[in-house]
Parts: sequence; C-alpha cells; structure tokens
Amino acid sequence: MPNYRIHKTEYIDETKRVSFKYDGKTYFGYEGDTLASALLANGIHLVGRSFKYHRPRGIISCGAEEPNAICQIGSKKDLTEPNVRATELELYEGLEASSQNCWPNVKFDIGGINNFISPLIPAGFYYKTFMWPKSFWKKVYEPLIRLSAGLGKSPTEPDPDIYDHKYVHYDVLVIGGGVSGIIAAKMAAKNNLKTLLVDDKKILGGSTIYQNNESIKIDDKLSSEWLKNEIQEIKKLSNLTIKTRTSIAAYHGYNFLLAKENLTDHLPEEKKKNKIRQRLWKIRAKKVVIATGSIERPLVFNNNDRPGILLSNSINKYLDYYGVTCGENIILFTNNDSAYETSISLHKKGIKNIIVDLRKSASSELIKQAESLGIKIYFNHVVTNTFGYRKINSLEIMKLSEDGNTTVGNKIRLSCDCLGMSGGWTPMVHMHTQSGGKLDFRDEDQVFLPKENSDDQISVGSCNGDFDLENIIDKTVNKINKFLDIDNQDYQETNIICSKENDKRNIWLLPNKIPLGKTKCFIDFQNDSTAKDIKLALKEGFRSIEHVKRYTTTGMATDQGKLSNMHALGIIADTAGVKMGTLGTTTFRPPFTPLTFGTLVGRNVGKFFEVVRKTSMHEWHVENNAEFENVGQWKRPWYYAKNGENMHDAVQRESKAARDSAGILDASTLGKIDIQGTDASEFLNRVYTNAWSKLAIGKCRYGLMLNEDGMVYDDGVTTRISENHYLMTTTTGGAANVLSKLEDYLQTEWPELDVYLTSVTDHYSTASICGPNSKKILNKLFPNLDLSDENFPHMSFKEDKLENINCRIMRISFTGELSYEINIESKYGNSLWKMCIEAGNEFNLTPYGTETMHLLRAEKGFIIVGQDTDGTMTPSDLQMDWIVSKKKYDFIGKRSLYRSDTIREDRKQLVGLLTDDPKEILEEGAQIVSDIKSKPIDMLGHVTSSYFSPNLNKSIALAVVRSGKTMKGQKLIIPMENKNINVTVSDTIFLDKENKRLNA
Amino acid sequence: MFLINCPFCGERDQSEFSSGGEAHIVRPKQPTELSDDEWAEYLFMRKNIKGIQFERWNHVHGCRKWFNVVRDTSNDKILSVYKMGEKPPVNYK
Ligand SMILES: [Zn+2]
Repeated sequence: MPNYRIHKTEYIDETKRVSFKYDGKTYFGYEGDTLASALLANGIHLVGRSFKYHRPRGIISCGAEEPNAICQIGSKKDLTEPNVRATELELYEGLEASSQNCWPNVKFDIGGINNFISPLIPAGFYYKTFMWPKSFWKKVYEPLIRLSAGLGKSPTEPDPDIYDHKYVHYDVLVIGGGVSGIIAAKMAAKNNLKTLLVDDKKILGGSTIYQNNESIKIDDKLSSEWLKNEIQEIKKLSNLTIKTRTSIAAYHGYNFLLAKENLTDHLPEEKKKNKIRQRLWKIRAKKVVIATGSIERPLVFNNNDRPGILLSNSINKYLDYYGVTCGENIILFTNNDSAYETSISLHKKGIKNIIVDLRKSASSELIKQAESLGIKIYFNHVVTNTFGYRKINSLEIMKLSEDGNTTVGNKIRLSCDCLGMSGGWTPMVHMHTQSGGKLDFRDEDQVFLPKENSDDQISVGSCNGDFDLENIIDKTVNKINKFLDIDNQDYQETNIICSKENDKRNIWLLPNKIPLGKTKCFIDFQNDSTAKDIKLALKEGFRSIEHVKRYTTTGMATDQGKLSNMHALGIIADTAGVKMGTLGTTTFRPPFTPLTFGTLVGRNVGKFFEVVRKTSMHEWHVENNAEFENVGQWKRPWYYAKNGENMHDAVQRESKAARDSAGILDASTLGKIDIQGTDASEFLNRVYTNAWSKLAIGKCRYGLMLNEDGMVYDDGVTTRISENHYLMTTTTGGAANVLSKLEDYLQTEWPELDVYLTSVTDHYSTASICGPNSKKILNKLFPNLDLSDENFPHMSFKEDKLENINCRIMRISFTGELSYEINIESKYGNSLWKMCIEAGNEFNLTPYGTETMHLLRAEKGFIIVGQDTDGTMTPSDLQMDWIVSKKKYDFIGKRSLYRSDTIREDRKQLVGLLTDDPKEILEEGAQIVSDIKSKPIDMLGHVTSSYFSPNLNKSIALAVVRSGKTMKGQKLIIPMENKNINVTVSDTIFLDKENKRLNA
Repeated sequence: MFLINCPFCGERDQSEFSSGGEAHIVRPKQPTELSDDEWAEYLFMRKNIKGIQFERWNHVHGCRKWFNVVRDTSNDKILSVYKMGEKPPVNYK
C-alpha cells in the first residue's frame, strides 16, 4: 500500500494507529487524522462522483468548505449519517465511511454516462425538460432523478443518541481561534470580561499553528511557536472559557447565537455510549468578535475538477499539520503569494514542485526565497487543460496575452500527480451578514468585506480582509481596544516580520483557446455548475444573482457555495460588464455548516416532545380504556372502548345512556377565568353580546364573545358568584387567547374599569353529570342540597360540601338533558369523579367522551366554536340573533354587525342537514352544491358536524350554506368521490325543540 | 431573537412575549356614530413601516402586562419601551 505520510508532526500521534473502513476496505491512519488526511496518506484522492455529470471527484480542501469529500458514516439504520465532510471528521477506531452519489461504486459509476451526454444537460435542464407532460412527473421523471441524484441516505430508525441544549450569557464571545481570535479573547479576558472563545477545530491556532516559514516571524520566533505560547497563556485565564470542536451555526439579532459542540463524534463507538453526542449552545453575548478567517479560492479553468486538484493551502496543511503529501510531483497554480508558502514547505520536505503564476512578475521576499531554492516558476502563464480520468496525470499551460484576456504562444504540457490552486482568499463574512451587517466590495483584491462594525459586533483578522500577519495583529489589537473600550498594551512591543505581499492578478474565468461551450470550467463542484451554465443563464435573461443561483443551482449544495459564490458573481459581472460590487451577494443563511436534527431538538424527543396537560381524573380514564383526543395541549377522553368496542359502537352506547339514564363527562379542561371587581358586570356587558347587568347572584348565563370584526370568537357560561365576582368558562382550546384578549381590552382600552382577571382553569376539576337520573345521583352525593326546580332551577348555582370539601355546582346543560356540573379543587378531582361513579352505579351512570359530547350537543343544535364556526361567522349567520342585545350601546364587535358585508343576505349560514337515506353519514368538510350539471359547479358551503344519532335513529348534520336560512326544506347534493348524496335542509335543532328534557 | 425590556420585569427573551401590532390605535368611543368607512379605518387599516414603528407587546409568559415599544423595523433595534397610557417619546417620528 502506498504511504504518502512523509514526516512526523506534533499533531499526529504515530503511536496510536487507528483502523477504519472506507467503501468496505480497511485502511490505517493515526490519532489526530481526519478521514480526509488518512485517505490522502493512503494515496486515495477519488472520493465521490459529482451530482449531475457523475464525474470522478477528489478531496479538494481541508475544512468546512469541502464540496466533494462528503460521505455516509456508518451503516446502522438508526445511526448512519449522510453528508459528513471527510475533511472535518476526526478519525477514530472502527470508523466506517463510504462515498456517496455513486452506484455501483466510486470507480465504476453508471451515472458517469451523464458526463458524455453533458452537452444535453445545460443550466435549467431539469426545469426545462421534466416539466411536461405533467403526468410524467410523478411516475417517470421524479423516480429517475431521485435514483440518479440523491446525496446519501437518511437513517430510517429513531436516533438513539442523546443531545443537549444549554443557555449561556457572556460579556464577549469570540468566534474563531486563529491569531486574531486568540488575541481578542486574551485582551477581553484580561480586562475582566467574561469571555467565551469557540473554534470548530480540535485545537486552537487556525492556519498559523502549523506555519513554519522562516520568513514569517513574530518576536523572532516562528509564528507557530509564538502562537503556541499565546495559547498556553490564555488557557490560564480564569474568566475565559474555551470551547473547541464548537462551530457557530447561526447569528441572530441581539447577539443571540447558536453553536454546536461536538462531544463524541471523534470517539470510537464503545466510548460514545451513554454520552451526550452534540450540544447546542444558546449564547447571549453583550459583544461579539468575529474572527472566522478566510478560505482559499479555487481557479476556474478547463477540467479544474479532477481528483488530485486541491486548494494550494490545503496541500500545505496536509503536509505541515498531518505530515501527508498530496503528491510526489506537484504543480501549484496561483495568482498571489500564498502558493509560494506551500511550494517552499513542499520543497523542504523534498517534494518536487513547480509554480504557474498568472502574474507577470512578483518580487516579495517569499518569491525570492522560492527562486533561490531553485523552484521553477512560470510567470504570466495559465493552466488551460488537465488530463487523467480518476486522477490528474498532466496538464497544459499557455502564456497569457498582455491584457490577460487570451492565451498566446504554444501549449506546454507538464506532467504531475497533483495540482494546487490558489485564487486568493475569500473572507468568511457569513457571521457578519447573518447578524444583519452589510458588505463593501474592495476592488483591489476583489473581496467583500464587513461594511461597518456596530457597537456590539466587530470583525477582525482575515475575515475583515486583513491578510498579512503584521496587519492582522496590529489592526486586531487596535480594534479590540476601541471596541471593548480598554487600553491593553500586551502587543505594543510585538515585532512582526512578514515577507508575503497582497499583490494579486484576479481573473474570474481564465482564458482558453477552446470555445467555452466545449470546456468544463467548474464553479460549483458539488452541484456541477460551470462557467458555461452561468453565461447561458445570463443569455436567457436572468440578471439577479439570486435568480442565476437558483436557475443554475450554483451555491445550493450542502456546502452552500463557500467555494463557488464569488466566481459566479465575478463571471456575471464580467459578462454583464458591470462592477462586481454593484451586484450584491446572495444571502448567507444559517446554518453555516449543516446541523443534525438531533442537535436542534435536544432533549425534546419522545414524551418530552410536547407539553401534555392531564386532568386530575386522567388515571381513571386510562384504567377505563379511554381513547384520548388532543384538544390544544389537553388529553381529553374521546370515547371509552368498553369490551373492545370501536368508536362508533362506543359513541352510540354512551350517547344513548346519557339520554336514557345518566352520563358523566370530565369537563375540567374548559377554560375558567375568575373575574372580580366593582366593574365586573360592566366589563361582561362590554365583552359579551348579551346583557349582564341584571343577572342575579347565583345565576348562570350563556354568552357569545365576538371579535371586533363581528365574528364569533368564543362562547361559554358565566356564573355570578357574588355581587362583584363572576366565574367565566371558555372553550378548551380558546382559554389562553380569551384571557389575553380580555386583558388587552382591560389594560389598553378600558383601564378605568375596576376588574381583575385570573386564570383558574387548572385550579378546579369539573365533573358534568347529565340525563334524566342525574338529579337522583346528585341527591346521593349532596343529600342536604335542595335540588327542587324552585330552589335550584336550570341556569343557577349552589355551593355545598362533599364530605368536608367545598363544591361549586352549576345546573347548566350542553346536552339538552337535565344536567349538573360539579367543580372542586383540582387535588380532589379524582376523588370526586370516583364518588360520582359510585353513586351513579345503580343508574347506569355512563362515562362519555368528547365524541359523544359533540353528538349530544349536535342533536340540540348547539354550536362548537372552531368546528361550526371558522372566524367568518356572525351570530346572525349562526341563527343566534336572539343572543345579541339590541339595547346595549356597545360591545366588542357590535358596530361590525351592520357593516355592508355582514348584513349581506347571501352569507354562509348555519343550517341542519338530513340525508334522504337516514343511514348515510356525511363527511365533515364535504362540499355542498345544488346543481352538479352546470360547470364549474357552484359551491354553496360545507358540512361542519356530522353524526349518526342513536336517539333519533338517523343521520344528522350541521352545515354552513350560502343563504341557508331561507332554504329550509330544499334539496341539496353532496358530491362525493363515488356517489352523490341527497340531503334536505332542516332546522338546526333535531331533538326536543321545546327543551322539556332540561327539567325532566 | 430580541431582548425586550419589559417595563415591569426587565430584560427578557423574545420568546416570553407576543406582539400586538401597531400601537396608539384608540378604539372609538362611539362606534355606532361611525360610517362603514370610518369603522373600517379603525378595524383594518394598519401601517407597515420600514423604519421607526410604534408597537404593542404583551409579556404573555411573564407579568401578562401590555406595553408599548418603539422599534426600527429596518434593523430590529428597540429604541424605547414605555407603559400603556404613557405618552410616546417625542424624539421618534
Ligand atoms: Zn413583564
């Protein structure tokens, strides 16, 4: 097996050999490696196939910007993870990884055929080709695209890993642990500011930590040695927290940031067990220092995507940090000084290399050093083509014309096994823009820079466009002193020697004799978009960068265009003949690198996924086979499946028992608002449509609450407990909103009213007993209470004791039956319920759930707000004009009841529906029409509630129908998928119109 | 995610609050006297400004109090916070 690890470094522990599998084959690396460095040490460059053309692709970078080396980790159904960047994944014993997006394997890929038909796959190909015929989409195109595309596989079973969330507050957050980040953190922490420094790598130090060029020195030491010393120092600072393996995912307003800390991803499987895998930090920082650095740009030329073509600086890191060379015969292609550092490093390790430089000449110390070492430099030359299918084996260069727009002279063919590209540097301004910051464009080296630094956020170092060390350190120190309003002198005497210069010859799309249409100049490596695609999009009329991006899919892959966005912009600007700075950029959206769902969700999984509210009687319901329904956050018994009944049978039994003898409902979830104060009556007058001033103490009244637009908002019964004390009930789902709305009016419109509102929903449990035998059951429970109609009539309230515990008893009915609601302090709710059940035993007291409740009230034509109404129904639409006071001067929504729209006769109005076939049950939501012949069919309304009533032995339904009030007796049609159902419009009250049962 | 300085509780995370739209829209004292158009003006018409906007917020998961906020919608900076019934700060227009 080839070994490209050519020297020892302090970051690789060669005493700890690590075995791992890649595409099923076992390899070895060392502790300290990433998957990418270990693969390169084994001579493996080819790691995947491109998305569209399935071209062989190799490792291109050593960090988060990697577009090619993304892999699937593990094979277990619950733990496998797609789209992991091999350049960021730390190697561990037993790691299993495989390449993505290639079938049957990375070396022989059927999709590679796309490469040969690529002239047929231009920009927007999928849009243009797969649009028509429409019927082909689902059955032909989509499966085809899915088969040949696809970036890895999702796990198919629940994630067994543990994730965590943590909130923290800091005075200063420093993002990035390179030179400038370390300086900023040290200055802040030494000034007694509580500081957090985060870095996504395993160790601090950025790209300076492995810098070993003699011509770049700080205080007469190698810059890496100097920095190591600084790191030792900051580790001693007590108010500095350092988090490595931690990357900022999102920078929100008000300095609220999300960071992901990797805790176990670098550990072998047996050591991961029972540990938190990743932690999401929710950080509030008074001030944020952004020191995220910059990434090297590729160059755009023909066939710039072959395996073995990497970023020049990455070749340097693999060599000096990991001890791995990316080739034995390397060519570096550059437009600036950075590649010379790589070249000199390679030369020192005995790796043959030559330089192709776009610049006509250059003369910094670094270049003189390279020249003196005898490194061959082709100035004013450009790479025009590369060769080699699975790996680069040679390339062609040509001389550039004077203006750089074309090539001149003869082709020179050079052999190589690796090519490094350096197109200069792109500052990582993602954090700055995510926080709302704007950008400026610097023409001189074609970079976007943070425009202004605010009081609470600043960018320093190369993410701020300062590329040479002297500039970085001086500017960082000055800016941080100003930003934190401190006077730190630590770096006053620091002596920096940096022989690199910023001089650069920027050409976005490199010239070539071959027509562009016949080249493959890749811009976005992961989504396979080329310079040709960008130009085609412009030719077809796309102008905005956001549109070009979406049409060509440039920058839309998992790397979010970290390597491609600038080139796309540059080529657009060049082609359109505008200045690049005027184009703006695409939006940098969080997350900076992909996040796992686990991290986002944290501990809120399984039973912690959502808050669940249970009544005091919940356990009894569970023991008695209740099926539950979610109403808001509440769990309400839906029906009780006795002896394995289905829902229909249970509901028929329950609703019959409630009317024939007695039923009991857990009504604890209804919203309860305690209203007190000398103006309580006046307040109710203003919020309900009916009059409240004359309600006697001890009496109850039903009320309808509107929105200011006149539409029904909520309903419920309110009881006058004493002169200035009421208890309001609301719908279960509306409780919180009603309270907020009432508080709103009280605090903002009517602050003069002496009224206090308290939510007491959870304070009381409620058992509602209905049916002809309910009075007998009540009598057993409260033998001293006079239940006669004279003393305790319908819509009235009494207090009595059950054992020693006070109960509030209301004689109110939502079923049309004689009915009592018993309220007791919640801690006694379960006891109350059991006592009721016991007392009711001899009367077949039957517990019923929400479904039966809905059926019983529908038989009586009582509405359910939110089921029979949808925010567009006035009281009149509901045929409830009787509840709207004519005398009251004002109440919420009154004025809206005679707006031109609300008095229209042809509004949708609530009606009853009876099916011609009494056994036919309508579907809720079904559309209602009168004429199915004329097209388009005129929709008149829809069914809101529908049941089979065992008490009436027929199907009943409520519906909203246009002009429904005038249609009683009229025949309508409910068209369903297989049949048309004939119905007749009826009254909304189906049972006991005379309300005799209330006093049965 | 805003930090909102509730005038009753102090600085709290935005997740504790709910927004109540434009501030200083007074409910007409005599709605019955208004024409449809005048009532519609109160009922429906709201500003949606890029720039300085006066808003109502409710500390719904806190003290439940409603209060007013001056916010620059172009950068989400909250410039001022004041109680219901208090006059809006005059230095913002
Ligand atoms: Zn508050």
